[in-house]
Amino acid sequence: MPEAPLLQVRDLTVSFATRQGALRAVDGLSFDVGQKEIVGIVGESGSGKSVAIYSMLGLVREKNATITGSVLFEGREILGLSDKELQPIRGGSIGMIFQDPMTALTPVYTVGWQLVEQIRQHLHLPKAAARQRAIELLGQVGIPDPKSRVDRYPHEFSGGMRQRVVIAMALSCNPRLLIADEPTTALDVTTQAQILDLMLKLQDTYDSSIVIITHDMGVIAEMAHRVVVMYAGRPVEIARELDLVRHPRHPYTWGLLDAVPRLDAKHDRLRTIRGNAVSPLNLPPGCAFAPRCDYVMDQCAQRPPLQGDADHVDACWLSDAQRVTIRQRVEQPS
Amino acid sequence: MIYFIVRRFASAVLVLFAISVSVFLIFFATPGVDPAARIAGRSASAQVLAHVAREFGLNRPLPIRYWLMMEHLFIKQDLTSYVNIGVRVVPQITQAAPITLSLVIGAAVIWMIVGVLGGVVAAANQGKFIDPFIMFIGIAAVSVPAYWLGEVMNLLTQSKFHSSIFAWVPPPGYVSFTTSPSEWFLHLLFPWLTLAALYAGIYARVLRAELVNALNEDYVRTARAKGLSERRILFRHALRCSLISIVSLFGLDFGALIGGAALLTEVVFGLPGVGMLTYTSLQNLDLPVIMGCVMYGAFFVVLANAVVDVLYAYLDPRVRLA
Repeated sequence: MPEAPLLQVRDLTVSFATRQGALRAVDGLSFDVGQKEIVGIVGESGSGKSVAIYSMLGLVREKNATITGSVLFEGREILGLSDKELQPIRGGSIGMIFQDPMTALTPVYTVGWQLVEQIRQHLHLPKAAARQRAIELLGQVGIPDPKSRVDRYPHEFSGGMRQRVVIAMALSCNPRLLIADEPTTALDVTTQAQILDLMLKLQDTYDSSIVIITHDMGVIAEMAHRVVVMYAGRPVEIARELDLVRHPRHPYTWGLLDAVPRLDAKHDRLRTIRGNAVSPLNLPPGCAFAPRCDYVMDQCAQRPPLQGDADHVDACWLSDAQRVTIRQRVEQPS
Repeated sequence: MIYFIVRRFASAVLVLFAISVSVFLIFFATPGVDPAARIAGRSASAQVLAHVAREFGLNRPLPIRYWLMMEHLFIKQDLTSYVNIGVRVVPQITQAAPITLSLVIGAAVIWMIVGVLGGVVAAANQGKFIDPFIMFIGIAAVSVPAYWLGEVMNLLTQSKFHSSIFAWVPPPGYVSFTTSPSEWFLHLLFPWLTLAALYAGIYARVLRAELVNALNEDYVRTARAKGLSERRILFRHALRCSLISIVSLFGLDFGALIGGAALLTEVVFGLPGVGMLTYTSLQNLDLPVIMGCVMYGAFFVVLANAVVDVLYAYLDPRVRLA
């Protein structure tokens, strides 16, 4: 019997009431995050990855949003808790890292002040001790000369350094779970690698689990143990990272993987998935990916369920035999 | 920070010098105008004109004329009016200034408190009834002209209900703080409220807009994800950043009001402040007094702006580097 998962998301649905009707940003998302596990959520822009994560912590503030489903964190339902009840969880047991480090910090306070604010909120340390911890954390995330940097303002840091500050903040209260929303998207490539390494190293030190949201398969390959592929607010494939990269089952995952530029193969053009992501306002009644899928069949007018064995599920009507032939054809182009 | 303050005030002094020069040039070096005739006022005798020309060195080079003028204004302070013959200009201004300062500072305290409170309450209750309600009162206060509101106040407090609920309101006019603090307060209470109404309305509306923007910023989401209380997010993060624009607005308004823009309120309530002084001197074409008032007004506008810039740098660390 494996130990209970740290985070258990069941049938999470987020919809917004708009003038054009209900917009389902997240539609029936379910996944688990085990102890010390790194789960990657991957999908195009607008696939509902960020909204799903924000809704769990009550960070979706729009009044016209309806959130249903269940999110168990350490066995406790956290969906629908009030701001007050969520306070000890936010920043305490769940730390968050945001996409854009340039705007994620309050511009008028020093980074030390902002770290101390969070540390004192959750750990109730005296000021001097909290400051000491802030300096330690800044050192741990690789900020040179943390003793003097602690009194600097966010605008005096570069993007990568700011993201380190945000990471230090997220880790400051030893969270059980770290949620990273596109943590490297706004950074340049060399900084990206450093930040990912840093997160892996810290995950090891702090024994926390990580949910990392990204649209970059490279980030997934480097970080994730398990991957949730999302399309139009729905999970289309969930598998262990190695299985997903080696034996992807869903046509959308094929598209994502084939679109990764490779240095060892010479293509005239990068492969793309044709068409654009569908608007969640007018989803097709069946499979949401059908309008862009090369292998669309009559059956696709009905919505496929997530199915497969326990470790690898996907939502597609293609039979195993069909998939094998299709992939062989793709991998050995004539 | 100290370097910033020193630099800012040094530049304020430079600006004041530039203003004094341009004011001087406008009054004394406008082509085709005889400054002696202007200073001496309408239908002055040849004798007076000659006296003026001698006093201000009108036949000497420009820099010396400038120096003589500044000497009369600031050092000897013996600049006299030729309309009300023999009345000195500088004492008139120093007499009027405390009245204007009392009026504007008191009103500023009221409008800042009411405006910030209104803006915060409205922004914190977006979408509920109280939000549009406060904003409606705000727009009403902005729309009502000060002279009308002042007259209505006077009508209510001085005649209509003077024998009943407003029996404690003294007649229009001014009593200095040193004479009687309580009388000073009572005389200024309704002028304060009248002047503050307009600005409280503007500030509440501006602050609400700023706060609503700030509450949608990424750093507010970060603050919430840190587990801070909604109150702390609102006051320590969103409000703190929104105050920056309020402060710059305040500097401009405050400087202009001290410099004489509170004229309408002063006239309605019979307060002989700087606005009133400027107004009468303009009607009489009393050039020396006009010059004095312009210099005085410029001084406060520049000073208020310098103070605001320093405050701005204190509130927003990004400004300090520039």
